[in-house]
Amino acid sequence: MTETLAYKTVTTEEVSTWLEVAVEKDFPSNGGVCAEYKGLQVAVFNFTRRNEWYATQNLCPHKQQMILSRGMLGSEGEEPKVACPFHKQTFSLKNGENLNGDHCALATYPVKVENGYVYVGFKN
Amino acid sequence: MEKIIVIGNGMVGYKFCEKLRAKATKEQFSIQVFGEEPNVAYDRVHLSEYFSNQSVSDLEMAPRSWYVENDIELITGELIINIDRENKKITSHTGLEASYDKLILATGSSAFVPPIKGSEMQGVFVYRTIEDLEAIIEYGKTSKKAAVLGGGLLGLEAAKAMLDLNQETHVIEFASRLMPRQLDQGGSDSLKSKMEELGVNIHMNRNTASILGEDKMTGLEFTDGQLLAADMLVISCGIKPRDELATQCGLEVGTRGGIVVNDLLETTDKDIYAIGECALHKNFIYGLVAPGYEMADVVVDQLLDGKEKVFESYDMSTKLKLIGVDVASFGDALCEGTPHKPIVFEDNVEGVYKRINISEDGKSLLGGILVGDAEAYGMLLQVTLNGMALPPNPEDLILGSRGGEAAEMELPDTAQICSCENVTKGDICKAVVDQNLENIADVKSCTKAGTGCGACTPMVTDIFNDQLKSMGKSVKKVLCEHFEYSRQELFDLIKIKGIKSYDDLLDAHGSGDGCEVCKPAVASLMASIWNELILNQDTIQDTNDRFLANIQKGGSYSVVPRIPGGEITPDKLIVIGQVAKKYDLYTKITGGQRIDLFGASVNQLPDIWEELIDAGFESGHAYGKSLRTVKSCVGSSWCRYGLHDSVSFAIEVEERYRGLRSPHKLKSAVSGCRRECAEALSKDFGIIATDLGWNLYVCGNGGANPQHALLLAGDVDSETCLKYIDRFLMFYIKTAEPLNRTATWLNKMEGGIAYLKQVVVEDSLGIGTELEREMDFMVDTYKCEWKEVVNNPELRKKFTHFVNAEIPDPTMQFEAFRGQKKPVDWDVALVESK
Repeated sequence: MTETLAYKTVTTEEVSTWLEVAVEKDFPSNGGVCAEYKGLQVAVFNFTRRNEWYATQNLCPHKQQMILSRGMLGSEGEEPKVACPFHKQTFSLKNGENLNGDHCALATYPVKVENGYVYVGFKN
Repeated sequence: MEKIIVIGNGMVGYKFCEKLRAKATKEQFSIQVFGEEPNVAYDRVHLSEYFSNQSVSDLEMAPRSWYVENDIELITGELIINIDRENKKITSHTGLEASYDKLILATGSSAFVPPIKGSEMQGVFVYRTIEDLEAIIEYGKTSKKAAVLGGGLLGLEAAKAMLDLNQETHVIEFASRLMPRQLDQGGSDSLKSKMEELGVNIHMNRNTASILGEDKMTGLEFTDGQLLAADMLVISCGIKPRDELATQCGLEVGTRGGIVVNDLLETTDKDIYAIGECALHKNFIYGLVAPGYEMADVVVDQLLDGKEKVFESYDMSTKLKLIGVDVASFGDALCEGTPHKPIVFEDNVEGVYKRINISEDGKSLLGGILVGDAEAYGMLLQVTLNGMALPPNPEDLILGSRGGEAAEMELPDTAQICSCENVTKGDICKAVVDQNLENIADVKSCTKAGTGCGACTPMVTDIFNDQLKSMGKSVKKVLCEHFEYSRQELFDLIKIKGIKSYDDLLDAHGSGDGCEVCKPAVASLMASIWNELILNQDTIQDTNDRFLANIQKGGSYSVVPRIPGGEITPDKLIVIGQVAKKYDLYTKITGGQRIDLFGASVNQLPDIWEELIDAGFESGHAYGKSLRTVKSCVGSSWCRYGLHDSVSFAIEVEERYRGLRSPHKLKSAVSGCRRECAEALSKDFGIIATDLGWNLYVCGNGGANPQHALLLAGDVDSETCLKYIDRFLMFYIKTAEPLNRTATWLNKMEGGIAYLKQVVVEDSLGIGTELEREMDFMVDTYKCEWKEVVNNPELRKKFTHFVNAEIPDPTMQFEAFRGQKKPVDWDVALVESK
């Protein structure tokens, strides 16, 4: 599973490259899109209701499906989360932890919005 | 291992097996059962239901597979004719032999046929087994007028069956009262007038002298010389214990029949027990099922050397619905020869009769009778059995308190609530607490209370609700952590306040940021109320609704165009073939008579649909919790058996309800005759042609928990059928919990199908017109979602995998499979090894 191994959480401090994903208006409100970067697929979420942006790997670790960008956003208590469309596994958008099972955590990536453009941070 | 043989596979024989297997291991006892009837044990108490729903399996106590699973050797259609007590061996009529260590006689009873001249004639039946019923149904086809001999419990049941067979029905009773064992004159009079209102003719004080006719019967002659013409006669004068085997092997039997047993249910041979209606205990034959079950319990206890239980006597209180009239009799109902003070309430307008017998000292309740309104039965029975203190004005017990507090009685924990399964109030409360039960269905399955005759269900429900309340639990069903409302309450909020977006609803009536439970539920509600394009709020839709297609393994989608009623022209078939070929889609015929095209990537979907729509197709809503298909058989236009044009009606029904969003998916079918090739009885609503119109069945289900649909309305015309479906569907949409199919919804519904009939057919809530109007709105505002998307460039843009690259998902992979393609498996080995 080379893809899984390739997905590693990146903190803002570690960012070496900011990928310009799309303009802000190309994002659905309270939903996500999928961005491609050097063979990686990253799900980028516009959590309008909380006025927050998140990015995680697009791969759901449960059945290894490239799908999370089509997932549904929500909250469990205070924790923002995404639910996988396949089997409703939910993951924290903050730290990627699986909230309703014991699958691996998702890798998460920093997101910034500048001048109407949305960027995701990677390290090389 | 001890070898147990049970002779008789009736309700009590079955219950014995169930109890023995529940209490002892399979290694302790081997069980062999011989049944004389070809069918496995069935519910004789509800035998008359066979007339409205001719399914033997619905009546079965347990399917044949249950016996296999429980290592019980069941041999049906085998009559035991000999017991060799010395060698402990039995022999059947085919010469089959078997030895036993302990023998259980559960041979039951047969119908008692009084010695009347002519009872061997054609048209004379008894009312006892499924074969009897089948013979009656067959004969009923050519008969118009039926007489029932016997006005007891069973006779009145038989009278109901005759009404169901459209017979002019006459009941003949020798005594001066109906149900003479249970009712006094006042109760009988009340019941009689109710029955006459319902079309049953009742003849009291009639002694039948002979049955008239030559080969076929033509009528009855009474001893007073009067005559009654009738095409058929059903004899139900009582039962006769099946004790011939016991007699043959020299066991003691009573002078008027019945195998003599002691308090341990032992016959005069210690290795042979008798239970149920064949057993004579203290000179009494118990003709009800509950005492039979109790006997089975005592014998199981004996076999396990428990020696704790004995059978002393059994309360014969009973409550039932006879042809729609509630009748109950409890404790010492008649108090013949017992000093007592009766309190009688009689309402000849409503046809209600109530009597309670108070002890002479005025301190306790001895028994009573209820006709026309038996709601107080459970409470009165408990007061009687537990010797509970009476309220200051005992008449409050049947009249209700007039002014002031209602006369509510707190039952002791020892109060037996379910007499069929011997479950006490304490058992129910304990199960609720210990097992944390949260709904009545769980209470029933854990305690078995209410699973026998069902009469105690209202009491079980009350006890359950009271217990929950005392634990400080609210019984309320809320949607999820974000909405403190049930689905039904949210429906009303959205509708009354005119709320059209999920965020507005969450701001006004919820908390937090929503989740994968409440978002699709609210999306469905808004679609059911406003019928606006669901993609206006795409991120609250489940993924299938969001992309208007069904997601499959690997992240590709499948496409299902609507093919109403399963009818399709060759030209349209060709288009489907061409589209499938062009986009390399795997094709398969679905169970709902349409064609599913698999393996489209998300960015192909709008192009595929553009071609389909150009060819005249529209969305099939296979992705939605909405109407799927209305399956049909080919119907009268081609079929030599077809009564009506089922295809045309299926198309009309499908086009009326297409796109209708509901709490769960909806499936339907129309069959052109009772051969039922469209399998309508397994659908949420199914329609079957009859000579006179259509029968409408509802709340059926296939899938994991199959359930036959139940008759909602019979012999209705097409217009009425659609009107009832409108009401039924809207009522379901408004009141069901999220993701409950119609079958589950009905199973949870207080009052069940009878209540649903009242609401839909009789319009008891007065909402019929409103429901129809709401459905008309849905029909008028229907639009094909895919047509909207195909013609809207902004919406089309949403169908991409990458936001920053115009390519499909490169990880989506297919492999060749029988000349088509399939996605590569989600390889279990690849799944993380955490």
